[in-house]
Amino acid sequence: MKEPNCTSGTSGDGDCAEAKARWNPYLVGSGIGVLSWLAFGLVNQPLGISTALSSASSVCALPVMGSEGVAQNAYWAKTPFKWDGGMLFLIGTFLGSLLSVLVSRTFRLEKVPATWSQQFGGSTPKRLVAAFLGGVIIMFGARMAGGCTSGHGISGSLQLALSSWIFFLTMFAFGILTAVVLFRKRASASSKTHPTASES
Amino acid sequence: MNLPVSVETARWLAIPMGMFFGVLLHRGGVANYNVIVNQFRFKDFTVLKIMFTAIIVGGVGVLLLKGAGHAQYHIKPANMLGVSLGAALFGVGMVLYGYCPGTGVAAMATGSIHATVGFIGMLVGGVLYALSFTWVEANIQKVAALGKVRLPDVTGVSDWGWFALLSAIAGVVFWLIETKSKPAANTTVSTGENKT
Repeated sequence: MKEPNCTSGTSGDGDCAEAKARWNPYLVGSGIGVLSWLAFGLVNQPLGISTALSSASSVCALPVMGSEGVAQNAYWAKTPFKWDGGMLFLIGTFLGSLLSVLVSRTFRLEKVPATWSQQFGGSTPKRLVAAFLGGVIIMFGARMAGGCTSGHGISGSLQLALSSWIFFLTMFAFGILTAVVLFRKRASASSKTHPTASES
Repeated sequence: MNLPVSVETARWLAIPMGMFFGVLLHRGGVANYNVIVNQFRFKDFTVLKIMFTAIIVGGVGVLLLKGAGHAQYHIKPANMLGVSLGAALFGVGMVLYGYCPGTGVAAMATGSIHATVGFIGMLVGGVLYALSFTWVEANIQKVAALGKVRLPDVTGVSDWGWFALLSAIAGVVFWLIETKSKPAANTTVSTGENKT
């Protein structure tokens, strides 16, 4: 349990240093729980990421849509870009992870992760296209649902919000389905000549 | 509700709080693509362990704070169609991207280039949602909109009843994970080597 990915075949060797730097997941979960106490009791704003991210996306739309186009958009009018707590929390998340990576000396450029390459090969463009599409879909979904794994999954679920538990369960169900389809056992290239050999 | 700190202080406190969150995500192992994706393949249960523990520890504490008048709830409205469709898309996107928005941001800092490309994808996704917002709001978010309801409202089971139930479920699930999931490490893909 201390080195979950060092021996299993699901990850590359590069993950080994990172896996060794890990803390107990129950302790980490408790830490996020305690952070939630502060979020509610101290600053009165539940932990969340995607609201700030989507308001940041308005900045990216500026060059294309112009400031008037962005301002007239009904969604961004509701959640305009500002340096509020949510945005600073987002930046803090990046900085905190960076600090942790530097202290543990686990910084490592990764283009294609091991689990991906075992299934789809080592092609970088292929992985980057998938990551990009995944990013588009996850954010669209997060905004339609009104939150992400942080805002709904943790902050909402801990308030016993109906919406958040629907989100949690649906998200997991569709994630599992996607994983089944994406990581199904593949008939390797040569077995294509023997259609009877492959079942799925 | 009166904040124990000023609004301006609360705003700046978001930076150290975010940093704490980022440290926890990285040290939890969830800034790693493999860990996230393998949760959905039932090969690694780190995500579930962290989330479930956070929900129970966080939830009990916030409930106590609220009872003492030091916190208030922020419930997201249960627009059942919007939440369900959005969550379905989210699940698909999460496995394809290999991160969620928060862990993706944390992963960028670890050197994950694909996390960074996916981050740009998330910004594009945010733009696409903003462009379709008016339509989605009119046609999806108003369907089966139940308002800001909580599980105790719709079930009649009390807050503490729910946390007792969730703790019991977590106890059983964690016990099963810790006792049964070990041998999975040896299952390799290579056994399916073809015979030609």
